[in-house]
Amino acid sequence: MSRVELQIGGFGGQGVILAGLVISRALSLYDKKEAVFTQAYGPEARGGASSSGVVIDDERVDYPYPMSPDILVIMSQEAFTTYFPKMKEGGTLIIEKDLVKLDKVPDNVGEFHSIPATKIAEELGNRIVANIVMVGFITKVTGIVRKESAKKSVLEMVPAKVRELNEKAFETGYNYEEG
Amino acid sequence: MSKDILVGDHFLSGDVAAAEGAIAAGCRFFAGYPITPSSEVAERMARRLPEVGGIFIQMEDELGSMAALLGASWGGKKAMTATSGPGFSLMMENYGLGMMTETPAVIVDVQRGGPSTGLPTLLGQGDVMQARWGSHGPYQAIALTPESPQECFNLTIRAFNLAEKYRQPVVVLMDESLGHLFERVTIPPREEIEITDRKILKDKNRDIYEADEDLIPPMPPVGEGFGIHVTGLTHDERGYPSINAETQERMIRRINDKISKHAPEIIDYEEFMTDDADVIVVAYGITARSARRAVIMAREKGIKAGLFRFKVIWPFPSERLEELSDREFVVAEVNNGQALVEVERAIRKRAIFVGKMGGEPHRPEEILKGIEEALK
Repeated sequence: MSRVELQIGGFGGQGVILAGLVISRALSLYDKKEAVFTQAYGPEARGGASSSGVVIDDERVDYPYPMSPDILVIMSQEAFTTYFPKMKEGGTLIIEKDLVKLDKVPDNVGEFHSIPATKIAEELGNRIVANIVMVGFITKVTGIVRKESAKKSVLEMVPAKVRELNEKAFETGYNYEEG
Repeated sequence: MSKDILVGDHFLSGDVAAAEGAIAAGCRFFAGYPITPSSEVAERMARRLPEVGGIFIQMEDELGSMAALLGASWGGKKAMTATSGPGFSLMMENYGLGMMTETPAVIVDVQRGGPSTGLPTLLGQGDVMQARWGSHGPYQAIALTPESPQECFNLTIRAFNLAEKYRQPVVVLMDESLGHLFERVTIPPREEIEITDRKILKDKNRDIYEADEDLIPPMPPVGEGFGIHVTGLTHDERGYPSINAETQERMIRRINDKISKHAPEIIDYEEFMTDDADVIVVAYGITARSARRAVIMAREKGIKAGLFRFKVIWPFPSERLEELSDREFVVAEVNNGQALVEVERAIRKRAIFVGKMGGEPHRPEEILKGIEEALK
């Protein structure tokens, strides 16, 4: 595998930073890939634009930022406007179904997936785990990270009292059937 | 497993890796005032130092922080602070006091965009000359420039070793991008980590600033009956103020020479594909990672490019750059030309400068453009 770039964009408070961190950490520590995690966010605690980047390679990653993401995960309409133009031709686009409205899947998208991650999280008891629903879904549809690695990383990175909820969120996202 | 050296693989930010490097090096005192983008260093130290019997103190400001470091160091501890540009500016007075009193200490400066409060959450590399010349008077700086969390760990250990060996404040010049970037950090077992401790003065009849042949005086331990006087005024070998040209010449020349004469042992850099290079990019910190990609992109286009990366920026590796001066040079940094001045002085000609005022790292194409321009 040569260089692969994953970018997750949304707004502050959705947990896109943690989602990227969980995946990159799993790749680095458990899948033994070279992985770098970077983040971009505004000064606001919530509501501003927020994105995380994961760059994976077999060899040490030089430039650590996504240049043209192979996999683009979008969790808000604004993030779609910002990040979609940079996506690699033929890349994989994954969207939060209820938060990103597209008239049609753009022609240059190679593979398209969508999931109502926030609604699923709400049904599980707390919308705060929408990001982990998305992590489960990304794990399943892209195959960039092993399921056990991603799950282990999630469970190690969330507080003990919400571990069970996050595990359920991960599994539900992983097992989600696109209609 | 011991708590001071967390042996194994971790996925850490540059900031946290620097904190772990400090703990592994034996740092047991941290005084600081939190400031973005360095706050994670303080946060980690606040949690970790009590676990290993160390002291963490949040000071009233950066002047106090730097002063506390010097006091702790004379008290026998390995001491560190972490800051960013605005705080680094406030530390300059006591940075100089550390030079004058020959006090080991480590300052981690996670650079952000400036001048002034500038860009709190965004990148800058504008403190290079401040680390070198920010305090008044003649002294020689030591500053290290890591490019990854692993190097933040390794070079913070080295910063402590250099501070202890040469008895002066040493700067770890990081940057916002690196401080907030996560990557695997492998922490080796204790026996694989090289640790240097300061020389300790044993003879009570010997003057405290009487240097050995290496120009470095051993440091008197506290609580063992040494009567000492530590002052920012020019002092003689006994440590007492001696305000005249002869003492200034003798003592201040020595504190400069102790670094410049050992510069070859301190200097460290990496060369990547420079052997056959027609054009060499000079970069450091996060910019070196953009430059490395630019060099690979240039090679793919048939341009023989290479990278010269400082791991230690002060003392400056002028001799090696001079040896390479038959090549064309590009200097990339996130400021308006600081390392540039030293590179051009070493190669005795102009280099193509690819500077940015701050806020974001170079895109590799920006540096590639500089490489192409250098060969015109």
